[in-house]
Amino acid sequence: MDLRTQLSMSFHLDKCIGCHTCSVGCKNVWTTRQGAEYMWWNNVETKPGAGYPLTWEDQERYMGGWEVTSGGDLRLKLLKGPGKLRTLANIFFQPNLPTIDDYYEPFTFDYDNLFNAPAGDDQPVARPKSLITGEFMEKISIGPNWDDDFGGSPLYASNDPNLKGLSDSQKLMLTQFHKLFYFYFPRICNHCLNPACVASCPSGAIYKRGEDGIVLIDQEVCRAWRFCVSACPFKKPYFNWNTGKSEKCIFCYPRTETAQANACAHSCTGRIRCVGVLMYDADKIEDVAKQPDDRLVEAMRDAILDPNDPAVIAEARKNGVEDNWIKAAQQSPIYNLFKKWRIAFPHHPEFRTVPMNYYVPPLSPILHQAKGDQGGTYDPESSEFFNDVELMRIPLKYLANLLTAGNESLILESLKKQMAVRMYVRQNRVGDVGDAKVKSALDACGLSEVDAEDIYRLVSLATFKERFVIPEMHRESKTSVDPRTMYEKRGSIGFGRKNREFLGRQW
Amino acid sequence: MDWNSVLYGQLPYVIITIAVVGTIARYVTNAYSWSSQSSQFLENKVLFFGSFPWHFGIVLVLLAHIFAIFFPSAILSWNAVPFRLYALEVTGLILGLLALFGLIMFVYRRLTDSRVRAVTSTADVLVIIILLVQVISGVATAIYFNWGSNWFAASAVPWIWSIITFSPDVAFIAGLPLLAKIHIFNAMLFILLIPFSRFVHFLAIVGPIQYVFGRPYQLVRWYGPRGARTEPIRQYK
Ligand code: SF4
Ligand code: SF4
Repeated sequence: MDLRTQLSMSFHLDKCIGCHTCSVGCKNVWTTRQGAEYMWWNNVETKPGAGYPLTWEDQERYMGGWEVTSGGDLRLKLLKGPGKLRTLANIFFQPNLPTIDDYYEPFTFDYDNLFNAPAGDDQPVARPKSLITGEFMEKISIGPNWDDDFGGSPLYASNDPNLKGLSDSQKLMLTQFHKLFYFYFPRICNHCLNPACVASCPSGAIYKRGEDGIVLIDQEVCRAWRFCVSACPFKKPYFNWNTGKSEKCIFCYPRTETAQANACAHSCTGRIRCVGVLMYDADKIEDVAKQPDDRLVEAMRDAILDPNDPAVIAEARKNGVEDNWIKAAQQSPIYNLFKKWRIAFPHHPEFRTVPMNYYVPPLSPILHQAKGDQGGTYDPESSEFFNDVELMRIPLKYLANLLTAGNESLILESLKKQMAVRMYVRQNRVGDVGDAKVKSALDACGLSEVDAEDIYRLVSLATFKERFVIPEMHRESKTSVDPRTMYEKRGSIGFGRKNREFLGRQW
Repeated sequence: MDWNSVLYGQLPYVIITIAVVGTIARYVTNAYSWSSQSSQFLENKVLFFGSFPWHFGIVLVLLAHIFAIFFPSAILSWNAVPFRLYALEVTGLILGLLALFGLIMFVYRRLTDSRVRAVTSTADVLVIIILLVQVISGVATAIYFNWGSNWFAASAVPWIWSIITFSPDVAFIAGLPLLAKIHIFNAMLFILLIPFSRFVHFLAIVGPIQYVFGRPYQLVRWYGPRGARTEPIRQYK
């Protein structure tokens, strides 16, 4: 066993209201620089939808992630055929690289014109202006969140790769105003255990930090080969067209090192996010990544270790995990959501990067398809407040494609548990469900009343301290890498060029 | 004053010194600036027709030059059979034309695409001009002065070795046609520009070669007691 620790984030999809406060919080802190305008290290997508960059989940096009070869080896999809030799062949031109048009051309508006336009017959307008070329743009045809709230659009939603395997009537629902479903899906880098970005980088610039598992791009070593952008199936490394370096979500490590919550999680108005520590067995990573699709999530759960098990604690001490990290792991909301209660799932485990952020699938809308002649099952005259989760409006298959590599039984388990907790809480507060019914619902999904109470507390009442259990890192005392003191290191974190100009370029 | 001996006897030392010291200094003080400065992200349609032909053409031609510098006699004995001489010359010419085609696409792209223009620096313009002069003079030499592979091995290579062994002897190349001399002089300008431009990116190929022939897929850096700066999680095949 090789025990390691990882910082991880969870997202409760039912609670996300699609306000993009998280994206803006992140942007304000990290990506308001030239070349980074189009980067959204945190972005929120409408699902079903085409996503950002457009159709990023379509790996036939982008070749992101891993595949298991017929010989049983793990290989980057990008390196089909000759394997790593392909890196040399494609180093001059990458066939699978998205271009700026798959994201959007960053723009501003010519606000000056509103104030300075000469008097005339027409109202002055602020025309859009490219932030790359400085030229006026004819019209803006794509931007971030271009398909926001377009859950039923034939242009965007119907191109969602997760719709595969849905029945025709389910697909038809997407085009019917009273039946369509959509929800929001916030995404950051998953800080994977088997990161495709690290594995694809020919310069060795990308690495995973041992202590907290954060995946970073060393800006001094990046040589702009751009393989990470293609290889990451989540399209979370972004190429800075101005500095010629790739950049990605840094999990706000300057904040988490000092036990502060990440900018996105901290600013989340829906309070949908938790951050916590997981302990895992690094020897199992390769094996997990090779599992057949329907086994992937369970294999990931097996690789996560129980932080209260004395043997695990002893192993953690042996591997140099500090006491505050062990304590944080024991209070980790992520451990509870993912492993103990089994209601959260990784995003697209079938990409085999073993992603380390977890999503609680949405239940809503509670009222599902309308009854009978509408083709639905909801009975408006029923005296029941809750209906069967199998009949919910969001098809199980869709959630399974998104979160469990197609395994519907896992999704069903999570939804049933969430529904049982709702019944439990309603019975406690309103009392119209009936004790027997609540008990049978809890028993059916294997939850105790204590669990139900804990889940209820974490997903609705939890305070900052309960949601964000982030141990300090004390990097200042770890001098094996860089012997400078923290005082000498000040100002060393950040992005962008050093300010030396030569031959028309700042180096 | 004997221009030949200044340009081809003394200047090479100045240039090589600047290039070597400059390149090392840049790497040590500012590794951040070592980048291929790819602009594929902004424009990739024309680039496809530029980058592939350019790089494959120029890399092979360059390797051929280097091979000839180290094994001139191998080239000469290969060329002793006329058919083999023709084959070598024609291959070289085709590769040169391939590179030239790619380069012209580069120029076209830099001139016409406003996004690419926006990230073009003075250094980039110098780079393109020097490469254009180099490739055009090379291809023209190949066309107008036959059997360049022979006299490159017979006269330019001894001159290069005379430079390397610190006994510069310009007599080897004094008699070469002007076009060939331009080619050689421009090559020196190219070397001079290496530390000051994106040219350094061909030195950065060391990374990818290490990656392909040895490095494990995964890298982990530890700050604490595990000590090691980088460490493989595991080498997948
Ligand atoms: S999500 Fe992408 S960028 Fe982030 S660690 Fe995984 S492979 Fe790398
Ligand atoms: S801030 Fe929270 S609620 Fe708002 S979009 Fe982001 S994740 Fe969703």
